[in-house]
Order: sequence, then C-alpha cells, then structure tokens
Amino acid sequence: MAVLTDRPAAAPARRQQHAARTLATRFLGYATLVFFGLVFLYPFVIQIGNALKTEPDAAANPLSPFPDPLTLAGFERIFAGTNFPLWLGNSLLVTVLVTIGRVFFDSLAGYALARLRFAGRGGLFAAVIAVMAVPGVVLLIPKFLVLNQLGLYNSYAGLVVPLLADAAGVFIMKQFFESIPVSVEEAARIDGASIFRTFWSVVLPMAKPALITLTILSFQGSWNEFPHSLVSVQDPDLFTLPRGLADLVSGSLGKGTQYPLKLGAALLATIPVAIIFVVFQRYFVRDANDGSDKG
Amino acid sequence: MATETLTAAATAGGVGPRRRSGGIRSNENLAGWLFVAPVIVILGLFLLLPILMALWVSLTDWNGQGSPFTGDVPFVGAHNYTQLFTEDGLARRDFMTSIRNNIYYVAIVVPAQTVLALGLALVVNNRMLKGKSFFRSAFYFPSVTSSVAISVVFLFLFANSGAVNALLGFLGIDGPEWFADSRGVLHLLFGAVGVDSPPAALADGGPFGLTWWDWLAGPSVAMISIITLVVWTTSGTFMLMFLAGLQNVPVTLDEASTLDGASRWQRFRYVTVPMIRPTTFLVLTLGMIGSWQVFDQVYVMSQGDPAKTTLTPAYLSYRTAFRDFDYGSGAAISFVLFLIIIVLTVIQRRALAERDTDRPRRGRWRRRVPERS
Repeated sequence: MAVLTDRPAAAPARRQQHAARTLATRFLGYATLVFFGLVFLYPFVIQIGNALKTEPDAAANPLSPFPDPLTLAGFERIFAGTNFPLWLGNSLLVTVLVTIGRVFFDSLAGYALARLRFAGRGGLFAAVIAVMAVPGVVLLIPKFLVLNQLGLYNSYAGLVVPLLADAAGVFIMKQFFESIPVSVEEAARIDGASIFRTFWSVVLPMAKPALITLTILSFQGSWNEFPHSLVSVQDPDLFTLPRGLADLVSGSLGKGTQYPLKLGAALLATIPVAIIFVVFQRYFVRDANDGSDKG
Repeated sequence: MATETLTAAATAGGVGPRRRSGGIRSNENLAGWLFVAPVIVILGLFLLLPILMALWVSLTDWNGQGSPFTGDVPFVGAHNYTQLFTEDGLARRDFMTSIRNNIYYVAIVVPAQTVLALGLALVVNNRMLKGKSFFRSAFYFPSVTSSVAISVVFLFLFANSGAVNALLGFLGIDGPEWFADSRGVLHLLFGAVGVDSPPAALADGGPFGLTWWDWLAGPSVAMISIITLVVWTTSGTFMLMFLAGLQNVPVTLDEASTLDGASRWQRFRYVTVPMIRPTTFLVLTLGMIGSWQVFDQVYVMSQGDPAKTTLTPAYLSYRTAFRDFDYGSGAAISFVLFLIIIVLTVIQRRALAERDTDRPRRGRWRRRVPERS
C-alpha cells in the first residue's frame, strides 16, 4: 500500500519499474473495489428492479435490473392486499416512542454515571457493562414471561416499554459526558442552577453529537427490531413492519411466490434507514468504531 | 456508609477542586439515583427479573396455561437440562443437531467474515485510490438494514429460479434447490470421492445420540445460503473495525520496512498483521459471540428446515417454547446457549483487559486512550 513515490536515490530504471507497479496496484485496487461494490450493492439493485416486474418476468429474469414490462402492480397489492399501512403505522409509533425514551433515559443515566457522585455508582456502571453482554436471543422466553405476568402481552405497552432503555446507549452517553470539560457545569452549579437544570440547559446542548448518534442508533435499532415483537405481541393488528414482513414471507399471502410484492415491501421497510444512513453516515461509522473500543 | 463511598469516590477521582465544592454536591446522592432510576427500572423489570423467572420456568414443565408461578405447575428439577445431554430422545437429538449446525455455521462464518472484512479494509485503506468513502459506505450499508428485509431479498436471490442459480447457469453449473436441499456439504464431498453411505465405523455410536456420520455432515446446502447472507451483512461492520485498527499502524513503520526492502506480502505479514492483532482478536471473538445468536435469518428463511439442518439453538429454543408449548425445555436451551455466549464474552473481555494493561508499554502509537473504568 505504502508504495513510495519520488525517491531521490532511485535509479531511473527502477523508477520506471516502480511506476508500472504503481499503476498495476492501482488498477488491481479499483478492480477489487468495483467487484466488491457490485457484490454489496447489486442485491439491492436486483431488489428494486424485481419489485417493479411482473411475477413471470421476475421468475424468468431474476438477474436483470430492468423490468419488462414495468409495473406497479406489486406495490398496489402491498397497499391493497396486505396490512402494510397498519404495520407501517405501528412501526412509526414504536420507533418514535422508543427513540425518545432511549435518548432521554440513557442521557440521564449516562450523565449520572459520568458526573454525579452517589453511593453505588461504581456497582451500577459494572452492572451496565454486564448487561451489555447479555445476548438478546436468550431473552426471548424471559421477556414473554414477564410481559405475560404483568399483563402487557399483546399490547402497545408491551411493544414499547421494554425497549425504552438500553445499556449500550447509557455507555455511549457516559463516555461522551466524561469527555466534556467539567468547568462549564461547575460554573452553572455555583450560580445556583439545580442539577437537573444544569444537565438540561448546559450539558445536553453540548452533547449534540452524542445525542445524534444515539438517536440514529435507537431509530435504526427499533425500526429493524424483530425478535422482540415476536414475543411481545401475537395480534396481527399490533404487528410492526419486520413482523408483518416475516409473516408475508412465511406464507400468509396464499398462492404463488409473489416475489415482486415481497421485495417491494422489504424495499419500503429499508428506505427510511437507507435515507438516514446516507444523511448521517459519519455517525454510523463513529458507532462502529466505538464498538471496537468498548468491546 | 454512604459518605464513606462518596469520599472514596472523590479521592479515587483525584480531582482536587471538587473536594472543596462539597456544598454544591451534597444532594448528588439523591439526584444520581433519580437520574438512573428509569434505566434501572426498565432493565431490572425487563431484563434481570425475566432472566430469574426463566430460570425458574426451566425447572418446570409449564405449558403456557395460566401463571408459571403457582403450585399447580409441575416442578421437574434439572430434568429439562438432563434431557438435552444424557437422555436419548427427540429433545436431545434436536438439540445436538442444532449445536452441530451452529458449530459448522461458526466455523465458516467467523473466518470468512474476518478475512473478507480485513481484505475490504486493506483496499479501502489504500491511499492511492479515489472514491474510497463511497465504497466504504457501500460495504457497510447492508449492516444497517433490517435483517428481516434483507432475508427476504436473499430468499429471492437463492430461489430455485433466482439470481444465484442464474449466475451459476452462466458458468454452466446447475444450481441446487437451495432451501430444499438438506444434504451436508461434507457428505457431498465424501460422495465425490465415492463414499456415499456411512462406513461401518461411523454408522452409529457417536456422542450425544447422533452418529459420527451425522456429526460429520457439514453445513447443509440450505445453511450455506444463510451463511452467505450473514457474511455479506456483517463484513461491513468488521471492516470498519479493521479500518480503525489499520489507521493505528504508523505510516513511518510501513515506510521503514519498504526501505529495508520488504516485499508487499512481507510488509503485510510482518508489519500489518502483528500491529492489528488486537483488532483481529476483537473481530474474531465478536464474530463468535454474534454467530451463536443467529435467529432472525433462520426464522425468515428456513424455520429450521430442511430436515432440521438449519436449526440453531436460538431458533430451537423459540420453537420449543412458542410452537410446542414446552416452555421449560425452551428456557433450558436458552440457558445453555447463554452459558456458551457468556464463556466467549468472558474470554474476550479478559484478553482485552490484558491488552489494555499492556498498552502503555508497547502501544506508543495508539491514538485512542482506553477509558475503561
């Protein structure tokens, strides 16, 4: 990678050979990039193309991104023949509530763990770290048990409340608050502002980058959340998008494979996250790198 | 006692001026607990309490009727666990099949995604190429999409008349019926060298109720399509981790080795690989932890079929509880899975902690300072 250019000591012949090698490296580099670019993006291209095809066309030419003829029949059937609009509404409601809850509660707790001195703080932080290690899939039956016991099974509350706080979010906020200089808030406190007031009007505005990161992660996480909706509701009126989509695939559609319809529905479910990804990319990247830090 | 902890914390914090401002900080104890209260309540109620409840249920034969916490529910002790390991029967056979499937899954997914992620990171990190940030985003994009939505796309790609088989058709290969094909890949390889049926030595008598021949099946053709999907979606995330690791390799070191006449491969092998060893370790362990949790893709794409060859412990626990209404067994499977994952996590965190204490000595170039407490 680090092929050096303009090395004064190099003889002209070597330099020529060097230039040729650089060119070859570059060509190979671009070829690799384009190849993998296709591997990672072409499935989405196929998805868009086939969502606009007729069913026989999709079955006959699955690789072609060009619909022939182009038809919106798949999309029409998504809205007319499935509960898609309902799932969309449920997903929006759940996502908005969960995102607001997570951003607020995680910041509160992150701030307390970063700045406030209270008995048991060290133990609580250790608990947060421990909770981050609990794998989601082993919680399927446990979550069902507690929702069932509390009478929250099959309700919006069951869909939303258990997701309102997450340990990873608390961790992100704590790390960020620790990086803000303490002097500003101390000044506010000396001026007589209460702890909550200092947090709300002084610290939070400074934490904008972390808040954006957390908002995006919460949005993406709850929009895509599938296993939780599987064990918290069973009434089709309470299905979120991923749940409804999984239901479509497992055969609630009846006859035929109906791939254009399924691909279209999956596409519509992907679009919001795709938009956010394109707009706020650097926040996603930041998160993945934080991941390597926190382990 | 509270004051003791407070002073201890303040001393440990070691920030001088803070001790003087004790008057302002006097009500922090109450405020601190109020601030963390919502998180404690939610995580306590929907994470810790449920785990304890499930631990209880795993010791019973609760069938989903009424509350599991009454005297009517038959208490069976450790039976739900022993039937997974020591009693010959369907429960053990299914469980061991799911373990076998997941072992093969991990054995392919983890190396494949690690190598692919490192390769992508190396290309994207190349200073001579333009447009890298576009490709970086392209490689990472699948990681942020919904696992269900992406599984739908791959169902189409791997359909009998789907894109993958069309592509194989161009190469003159007759693609398999991916999701109906329960043949193990290793069995197919054995078949290619003429071993079509189990040799007498392998026909029975393997550990935990599966024959040696069954253990040696390899991932099924159907599982290969799920493996492809997962490697495709996770590589982007791990690529970003490798990129962060690569950016910590000092350019001067690379240049110095070039001057010393090291070839590109030698530089990769003796400079880059040792320098990013911590990242590699992280990627490998996170990959293993994640691979034991595969659920969404199995649920959407195969539901454990064909012939139980895509059954994984996570999906089996769900199916046992919510389809067969055997919540006790399902919970027991969850806890065995929990144990596997926790062991992996502890190994990882131990090693990371060691690496962090090592850092000041050999990690001079690292730009990141560990903030772990």
